[in-house]
Amino acid sequence: MRAEARIVAEADGRGGTRLRVLRGESPLLLRRTGPRAGGAVTVHLVGGAAGPLGGDDLRLDVEVGPAARLTVRSVAAQLALPGRAGAPPSRLEIRAAVAADATLRWLPEPLIAAAGCRHRAGTRVEVAAGGRLLWRDDLVCGRHDEPSGDVRADVTIRYAGSTLHRHELAVGPGAPGWSGAAVLGGGRAVGALVLAGPGWPEPALLGGDAALMPLAGPGLLASAVGRDIRQVRAALDPLCAAPGE
Amino acid sequence: MSLATLLVLADGRLPAGGHAHSGGLEAAVAAGRVRDVGDLGGFLRGRLHTTGLVSAAFAAGACARTGDFRDLDRGLDARTPSPALRRASRAQGRALLRAGRAMWSLPELGREPHHPVALGALAAAAGLGPREAAVAAAHGTVSGPAGAAVRLLGLDPYAVHALLARLAPEIDRIAADAAARTDDPVDDLPAAGAPLLDLGAELHATWEVRLFAS
Amino acid sequence: MHPEPHEHGPDEAPHSHPDPGVDPHAPLPAAPRALRIGIGGPVGSGKTALVAALCRALGAELRLAVVTNDIYTTEDADFLLRNGVLPAERIRAVETGCCPHTAIRDDISANLDAVEDLEAALGPLELVLVESGGDNLTATFSKGLIDRQIFVVDVAGGDKVPRKGGPGVTTADLLVINKTDLAPLVGADLAVMDRDARARRGDLPTVFLSLVQDRAAAPVADWIRALVAARVPAP
Repeated sequence: MRAEARIVAEADGRGGTRLRVLRGESPLLLRRTGPRAGGAVTVHLVGGAAGPLGGDDLRLDVEVGPAARLTVRSVAAQLALPGRAGAPPSRLEIRAAVAADATLRWLPEPLIAAAGCRHRAGTRVEVAAGGRLLWRDDLVCGRHDEPSGDVRADVTIRYAGSTLHRHELAVGPGAPGWSGAAVLGGGRAVGALVLAGPGWPEPALLGGDAALMPLAGPGLLASAVGRDIRQVRAALDPLCAAPGE
Repeated sequence: MSLATLLVLADGRLPAGGHAHSGGLEAAVAAGRVRDVGDLGGFLRGRLHTTGLVSAAFAAGACARTGDFRDLDRGLDARTPSPALRRASRAQGRALLRAGRAMWSLPELGREPHHPVALGALAAAAGLGPREAAVAAAHGTVSGPAGAAVRLLGLDPYAVHALLARLAPEIDRIAADAAARTDDPVDDLPAAGAPLLDLGAELHATWEVRLFAS
Repeated sequence: MHPEPHEHGPDEAPHSHPDPGVDPHAPLPAAPRALRIGIGGPVGSGKTALVAALCRALGAELRLAVVTNDIYTTEDADFLLRNGVLPAERIRAVETGCCPHTAIRDDISANLDAVEDLEAALGPLELVLVESGGDNLTATFSKGLIDRQIFVVDVAGGDKVPRKGGPGVTTADLLVINKTDLAPLVGADLAVMDRDARARRGDLPTVFLSLVQDRAAAPVADWIRALVAARVPAP
């Protein structure tokens, strides 16, 4: 299945944000949620089918214009599943652009790598100088009591024209050493939260296998590894709360 | 290309500060994740296919693109979210430059380039190619912690070296791939991360007493 | 400068002589580079106490700093600070990766970085003391790291230590036989130690020390003062 979705948020000129474009197709269906009033807009990915499924080719574009504020969430976890025999890996490509003085908060539910899946997730975000980005990616390696499928996630976050954060994570039988003590140490859940731009909390150890680390450029990465997703949430959720939420 | 020169560059006794770095092993041991040779095997394999892959690509790049040090150095910054690991990489780069300047004629690389960048520059100055730079880089990312494991845990050194011998074909493949990608834009070079190496390094940096610098 | 030529008796313990290729009077660095003195010796011989005594004795007259290769805790730092020995910013600890020996001899990078960093942070220094981690009798400093080295042994280690020799005892620029106050308690014969040290070391000096009786380590401090005074002034 091929699908494309697009969100364009822009300032409404009265201190708020409006959605100029909100377009999706199954399984990338989008709904505006939350109150109409207030400065920020929330969009949920509602999901039109189980998946992604082997062979799916999905693409989402997000654009947040100057001074606009957008939060994207999802109603349920993505469950990456194997497709028909011989199908190519499933793909989800996300491109986002955040303008000056704009804020994008990307806070989806986790991706679950079901046994036998082969999934590639690619993310590329461009943040203009003065823009703010909060980008969360959680991954669960297999459903309850099953081995992990193969997932490769590739993230590039650029800020003010320079690459701030480049990260690839590969789990599953195709990723040598992924469950060893250097990578996940037998942990089944891992989460990352990139905070780019000005005005974030101070770096800190977050308890357990989690830390909020200052990047070399203007931003931070919170990283957490857990036996299951609860430990990752306990470490990262407090950093994702927005004022007023 | 001189094989003997490659041995000089990759020699564990090269006075470039490597003995004081455990490549994250000291933290993994303290966390109870590496207790025996089996655990160490998993640690080394994961490290090779993350940090090793990235180091190989950037060492090969720095060897082939002698004018691109700054871009490659920034590329490693973007791939190293842990400030403790950025410091460790730059400390080892600085130490490697000191050793390299005594052996070969090096270009200006700043005071503390990241270690893979320094290694690639040394390889180029020594007349080696990107593949050799990448082999030395990938090998170093596992031989260092393997030696640290022998010292920290008292593991059987023969069993530990057997692990390294089993990783050698993977090191060769990683190095060949790295050498084939030296023309790629920096953003497209490998960026394989290892969350527990980052987190372990941050925790390790707060310890009051450390036997290893990283 | 080397021991008198002598015969080796059949009942004599095997021993070594100073390496004739090593010039114990290599030129000292020109100021303003700090004079670097290595302080080595076996575990428990009193290296840290000697460093503390030297800091007390010399801290007011020389711009000095310390690099330690020993396991160094914030408790140690607090102890030195409380006793007015040296402020924390003048002390750097280097991690040796469980190879104390390697860090001062075979791969001196971390120690050189620490000395450079101290000089960068504190401005020009006159004296840097580099304390080794506790090691055995074969530990010596690289000449790439230090200008002169002191080897510290103690009488409680047995009065046969100087006779055993080893590179530390034999070639150090100054041998300190420490804890002489304990000699009667452990049955160590200082005369024997003195005689053996002379036989091993030729003209190289040996001093006896008890930090209980001499908290300022006067003979060692004087030896260092003479070295600092002998330095070539900066051009």
